[in-house]
Amino acid sequence: MTAIPILEARNLTRELPGPVPVTLVRDIDLGVGAGEFVAITGPSGSGKSSLLYLLGLLDAPSNGEVLVDGLTTHGLNDNQLADLRLSRFGFVFQFHFLLPEFNALDNVQIPMRRLGLLGAGEIRDRAEMLLQALGLGEHAHKLPEQMSGGQRQRVAIARAMANDPAVILADEPTGNLDTKSAENVFSQFRRLATDLGRAVVVVTHDTELAARADRRVHLVDGRIVP
Amino acid sequence: MPAPLGLAIAARHLSHRRRQTVTSLLGVALGVAFFIAIASMMQGFQQDFVNRIIDSSPHVTIKDEFRTPPRQPVENVYPGATIQLRGLKPKDEVRGLRGGRAIIAALEQIPGLKVAPTLSGNALLRYGPKDSSVNVIGIDPDKERLVTKLEQDLIAGKLEGLYTAANGIILGEGVALKAGIAMDDLVSVVSPEGVVLRMKVVGIFRSGLTLTDNFDTYMLMKKAQVLQNRPNVINRVRIRMDDVEQAEALAKSIESRFGYRTESWQEQSSNVLGIFVIQNAIMYSTVGAILIVACFGIFNVISTVVFEKTKDIGILKSMGFRDADIRRIFVYEGLMVGCIGVLMGWALGYGLVEFMGSLEFKMEGFVRAEGFVLYRTPKHYAISGAMGLLASTFAAWLPARRASRMKPVDIVRGAA
Ligand SMILES: Nc1ncnc2c1ncn2[C@@H]1O[C@H](COP(=O)(O)OP(=O)(O)O)[C@@H](O)[C@H]1O
Ligand SMILES: [Mg+2]
Repeated sequence: MTAIPILEARNLTRELPGPVPVTLVRDIDLGVGAGEFVAITGPSGSGKSSLLYLLGLLDAPSNGEVLVDGLTTHGLNDNQLADLRLSRFGFVFQFHFLLPEFNALDNVQIPMRRLGLLGAGEIRDRAEMLLQALGLGEHAHKLPEQMSGGQRQRVAIARAMANDPAVILADEPTGNLDTKSAENVFSQFRRLATDLGRAVVVVTHDTELAARADRRVHLVDGRIVP
Repeated sequence: MPAPLGLAIAARHLSHRRRQTVTSLLGVALGVAFFIAIASMMQGFQQDFVNRIIDSSPHVTIKDEFRTPPRQPVENVYPGATIQLRGLKPKDEVRGLRGGRAIIAALEQIPGLKVAPTLSGNALLRYGPKDSSVNVIGIDPDKERLVTKLEQDLIAGKLEGLYTAANGIILGEGVALKAGIAMDDLVSVVSPEGVVLRMKVVGIFRSGLTLTDNFDTYMLMKKAQVLQNRPNVINRVRIRMDDVEQAEALAKSIESRFGYRTESWQEQSSNVLGIFVIQNAIMYSTVGAILIVACFGIFNVISTVVFEKTKDIGILKSMGFRDADIRRIFVYEGLMVGCIGVLMGWALGYGLVEFMGSLEFKMEGFVRAEGFVLYRTPKHYAISGAMGLLASTFAAWLPARRASRMKPVDIVRGAA
């Protein structure tokens, strides 16, 4: 954990303007290195999701900056940010957001097809391999509605891995899963960090699971507290 | 974004909203089909009408009139001055083309022209108790047959009959029917000059142009001159040309050379040609209205898809799809509806045209017709296809732009 951080937040603040400005997060300093698994915890409404969106370049900070691979993302335009998300980030959300018209295999292929670096055959092989690795081999041709919540969430993880990103960001990925599925999904993240050397940031309010992360960042009212 | 990916997503969106998609497909298809059907009907009718005019009427007619009143001598003395003359009396001129023979001789020198003189005037046709007002045209049959289609239009009798009978007359079919006159009947023709001629019907013609068939009658030039009491006078020169497109130019040059009002067939039928312009405007606005309705249909489907797919837009954007990619997906959806709708419309339009072509009925308006005269051209398919695609792209563009501008963080936050 001594290498330079892949993902770094410096002095990150996000305020929503308005007659009564709302501060979502304030003065966040955070670095995540390769192979590191960081859990963000905190009470509901403490700004965990907001921080994750900032780290994932989905939202722009009011102050401070996010660095990817040691380079600032400040001043990049929407297209440059989208390209960076496509190649360097994988997202997993609580409500697994699979495209409902596409089966598991197609869902996993979409980011690769968008990136366009691999041929159609290679993309298909890789998607099958990713689903296999998550224990979904025989569910590849099922539509999302034909799968359980845990299975869908694992498809979402496979999709997040599709373009071999350096950073995996997940917002309460086990939030509405039963204990056994949650355990399974969480161990996948653990594996991504330990075995594959990804930087993994997972928002969770499950303290038991958080305990198994390399590091815990606790948020209260948008600030990191020790 | 590679096009196949965008197309795949667009196709899935549409196929999962089958009923709405089919409705808007039908909108486009109907617009396109109606355009093809109406355009082929209208243009067929118009073309047919113009062909009939070109076939049966002279292409250029010289009349014994002037476009502007004659200049007064005082105007020549003070050109450009403001002159007021009171109590002017028109000169008592003998009407007719002065130097008509010389004009005809000059025109006959021009290659590609056939020239025939006529004397036309009004008269009353009296048959039994029935009087009908007719247009009497004195002709030289040998020249007439080169200039108009009168000979071919005869449904009874022969043009030569004018020479062989002592006092022969040829009637339009409408004239004969209305008065109950048949071939070889004797009729009285009364001119405004008070001359009465007993004449024998030696021919009946049908041109298909209602006005002509209901009013025109033909006799030898000599008889017409006697009837009108205007010996040796002609008042029209009718010209037929090989290239009808040159009619306007020829009319202009004749008029400037001889001074007499000279009208091309376009000018003579300008009222009808003007109606065609209005007809076409009505056709285009009708079809335009149908396509606007189709536009609303497409706009509606794609807006609904955008609304329902907000979550997907959020995930695609967070995944790294650019704004333009999202916009393209929804424009593709409009284009798909447009393309398939246009293809369906082409098939439907083709079917409609063939169906109309198979109908038979009798109709009498400007022209007499049996069934629709249809004009078939790839142009109608091209125009309707372009309009359909344009309309559907435009209808998709607005919701697509809205989708592309959504901020992923707002969507993801809202759903979490
Ligand atoms: N668009 C918004 N407008 C107003 N308040 C917001 C908005 N988004 C988030 N918030 C508020 O910001 C705070 C942080 O939200 P969030 O980051 O979602 O917290 P967490 O994920 O820890 O539950 C919450 O109090 C939430 O109500
Ligand atoms: Mg949250």
